[in-house]
Amino acid sequence: MADAKIMTEFNLSCPVPRVADDRIVLAHGGGGRLTHQLIEKIFMPAFGNPMLEQRHDGAVLAVNGSRLAFTTDSFVVRPLIFPGGNIGDLAIHGTVNDLAMCGARPLYLSAGFILEEGLAMDTLRTVVASMQAAAAGAGVQLVTGDTKVVDKGKGDGIFVNTSGIGLIEANVKQTIGPGAVQVGDAVIVSGDLGRHGIAILSVREGLEFESPILSDTACVWPAVEALLNAGIQIHCLRDLTRGGLATTLNEIASDRKVCIKLEETLIPVQETVQSACEILGLDPLYVANEGRFVVFVPAAQADAALEVMRKVPVSQEAVCIGKVEESPSRTVVLQSRIGGNRVVDMLSGEQLPRIC
Amino acid sequence: MCLAVPGRVVEIMDEGDIAFRRGRVDFGGIRKDVSLAYTPEAEVGKYVLVHVGFAISVIDEDEAQRVFKYLEEMGGLEEELGEIPQ
Amino acid sequence: MKFLSEYRDQKGAEQLAQQVWKKVTRPWTIMEICGGQTHTIVKSGLEDLLPHDITLVHGPGCPVCVTPIDLINKAVAIAQRPDVIFCSFGDMLRVPGSSKSLFDAKAEGADVRIVYSPLDALKLAKANPQRQAVFFAVGFETTAPANAMAAWQADHDHVENFSLLVSHVLVPPAMEALLSSKNCVVQGFLAAGHVCTIMGYEEYFPIAERYKVPIVVTGFEPLDILEGILMTVSQLEEGRHEVENQYVRATRREGNRPAQERIAEVFEVVDRPWRGLGEIPSSGFQLRERFQKYDANRRYPSSAEPARESPECISGLILQGIKKPHECPAFAVKCTPENPLGAPMVSSEGACAAYYHYGRRQNHDRVQPELSSTPSR
Repeated sequence: MADAKIMTEFNLSCPVPRVADDRIVLAHGGGGRLTHQLIEKIFMPAFGNPMLEQRHDGAVLAVNGSRLAFTTDSFVVRPLIFPGGNIGDLAIHGTVNDLAMCGARPLYLSAGFILEEGLAMDTLRTVVASMQAAAAGAGVQLVTGDTKVVDKGKGDGIFVNTSGIGLIEANVKQTIGPGAVQVGDAVIVSGDLGRHGIAILSVREGLEFESPILSDTACVWPAVEALLNAGIQIHCLRDLTRGGLATTLNEIASDRKVCIKLEETLIPVQETVQSACEILGLDPLYVANEGRFVVFVPAAQADAALEVMRKVPVSQEAVCIGKVEESPSRTVVLQSRIGGNRVVDMLSGEQLPRIC
Repeated sequence: MCLAVPGRVVEIMDEGDIAFRRGRVDFGGIRKDVSLAYTPEAEVGKYVLVHVGFAISVIDEDEAQRVFKYLEEMGGLEEELGEIPQ
Repeated sequence: MKFLSEYRDQKGAEQLAQQVWKKVTRPWTIMEICGGQTHTIVKSGLEDLLPHDITLVHGPGCPVCVTPIDLINKAVAIAQRPDVIFCSFGDMLRVPGSSKSLFDAKAEGADVRIVYSPLDALKLAKANPQRQAVFFAVGFETTAPANAMAAWQADHDHVENFSLLVSHVLVPPAMEALLSSKNCVVQGFLAAGHVCTIMGYEEYFPIAERYKVPIVVTGFEPLDILEGILMTVSQLEEGRHEVENQYVRATRREGNRPAQERIAEVFEVVDRPWRGLGEIPSSGFQLRERFQKYDANRRYPSSAEPARESPECISGLILQGIKKPHECPAFAVKCTPENPLGAPMVSSEGACAAYYHYGRRQNHDRVQPELSSTPSR
C-alpha cells in the first residue's frame, strides 16, 4: 500500500460550501448561537423596548407601586412522556422557574394547548394530571387557558404554552438580573447537570440504564425563596434549560462583558449521565436541564448561600463552580481536569432537537 | 470520528457464525448490545473497546497499568533524588 | 468510567508534562492525525502544560472534513429521492455541500436519519422493504470493519434494498504524502490509536525509516497524549526514529486480524481525492466487485452539482500543519462553524472547528499554569 507512487506536490483546493440562511432550521431552536441570531435579527428590531432588551428570563414590571414579573414559555418536547416526567411537568416548572429567576413568588399561570388530531385522551389526562400536581406543588393556580386542535401530522401530539405572573415581595429591594453581576462574584449551580437531556435521549436512542436517569424537572422557587429570606445579596439568577450550563453562562458573560472562570473538577455530573455523554459524544456542559439554576452572589456570601441552598431539597447538591473575572475579550473559560484552559463557547449547531 | 468507548462485557449471545456474535456491554451504568464479531476472545467480565456498535479490541488490563507504574516509579525516583514535588 | 477516567488524572498529567520539560532542549514540531486527538488536546488545554518548544500541529485527521464536496452533493441528491432512507453518522449531517447539507435536505423533507452503527441502517432496510436504505460510509480504517460487516451481512441475508456510499480514507498514505511534501514541517508523529487497533502498526516501520521520523501509536485521553508526546520527544532528543506503541492497552503490532480479514474481503484499495489536499494514491477503500451491488455511487448514477472553489480557504496548509487555524485571515471572521469556507471548519472534529469552539483565537492564548512541582531547567 505504502509503496505506491508518492506525491510531492499537493493540489490544494477547497470548494466553498454555502449555508442557507433563508429558512428556519432546527438549530434556530437550540438555544445557542443561531437562536440568538434569530432574536437579534428578527425579533429585537421589530419589538425592541427597554424591558425586552434586558434579555432576562422574565420581564419585571412596575405596576402601581408593586413589582410584578411576567414570563412565557412554550414546550415542544418529544417524547411527550419520559423518565421522570412529561410535557405537563415541564410546562408548569419551566414558567414557574422563570418567574423565580426574577426573584418573584410565582402566583398565576395561563396554559394554551395545541393538540394534534388523534392524540389519545389518556395521554392528555396524564399530562393534565401532572400539571395539576406540579402547580399545586409550586403553589400556583392555573387561571386561564385556551385549546386548539390541528390536523393529524401538523403537531407532535401536544404543544403547550404557559405564561406566568409573579410578585416580587416588598422586602426584596435588589434588582436581580444579569445587569447586577459583578467582577469577583461567585458562581453557584444548584445541582448536577444533564439529567433532563439524557432522560429524553434515553427514550429516543433506546439507551438502557442499570438504574434509569430521571429528568430533573422541578420547581426551584423554594431554593430562591430561602436565599431571599436569608438576606443573601443575589446579583443574578438564571435557570439552565436547553443549551445547558454553557449557554446560560455565555449569555450572561457576553451581556456583562466579563469572563466567567470555571473549574471542571467542581462541576457536578452524575456518573451515569457522564457515561451517556461519552457514548453519545455529548458535552455535559451543553446538555439540557429542567430543574437547575445558577446564582451569582458576592464572593463573601458564597458559603452562606451554599448553606441555605443545601437545606432545600431541590438544591441540596448546590456547589460553587467558579467566579466572575475582569476581561473584555473572553467569555466563559474552563480550567480542565488536567490544568489546561479552554474556552467554553456558545453552542454552534444544535445538540438535540425538541429537548424541552 | 474514532470515538471508541470502553465497557465491561456482562453477557454474550452466540448465534452460530462469529459474524453474528453479540454481547451486552456495560458502560458506566449504561447497557448496550454490541457486535463481538471482531473480538472472538471477549469473555464476560472483560473490558472491550467499542466503536460504532462493534467491539474492536479487548483491553489488556496489565498493559493498562503501565503508565501508572511508570508514574509511580518517576515519583519514587524524584523523592530519592531529593526533588520532592511542591 | 473504567479505562477512561483514570487517564484524565491531573497529577499524572502534571508528572508527564514535567518529564517533557526535562527532556526538551530545542524546538520540535509534532503532528497527530486524528480528530479525536485534536479534540482532546484543545478541549483539555493540554498545550498549556507543555513547554513552548513543543509545537503540536493537526493533520487531516477528520474523515468528515476530507470527504470531497462532490460526495456530499451526491449524498444530498440521493437523500432527496422519495424512496430513500438516508442514514448517516451525526457529524456528516452538518457538512455543507455546494448548496446545502444533509441537515438542510432533512429540513426540506428528505428522510435523513442519524444512526450510531451501519448495522442500524441495515436493520432499517430490512424493516422497510418498500424503500431503499442508504448508509453514508465515512471514516478511517477504524470504521471499515463495521462497514464491511454491514455489506457482508446484507449479502449473507440477501438484502437488496441496502447500499453504502463509501468515503473511506487511509492514514499511512496521507502521512507519506505529507512527509514527502517539500513544505513538510513535521518532525514526529502521534499515530492514531484506534486506526492502529484495527490495522496494527506494521505499515509505519518503512515510513519511519524512509523519512527518519519517530512515530508513536497514541491513545486519546490526556495521559495517553502526554505519554505519546513524551515518547516522541525522547526519540527526537536522542536522534532515534522508531515506531513505538503508547496505546498498549488496546493496540497490538499485528492489529485486529478478524477485522482486517473482513475488510480485505469486502474492500479494495483505490486512489482517493482528499478535500483540501487533492488526490492521494492508494489512500481509500472501495467495494470489491462481489459487493459492488451495494455501492450507492453505482446504484444512483445521478450527476450532482459541480463544486466551486474558495480562494480564501487555506485548508490545504492547515491540514499539512504548515499553518495553524488562527493564522488564517478568514478564521473566525468570515469563516465560522455557521459559515464554513473549507474542510477543517465544517466538522466538529476539524482543526479549525476545534480551535474556534475551544477558543484558541491567538497564539498568546497559551497560559502556563502553576505546576505542582517546579521543573528544573
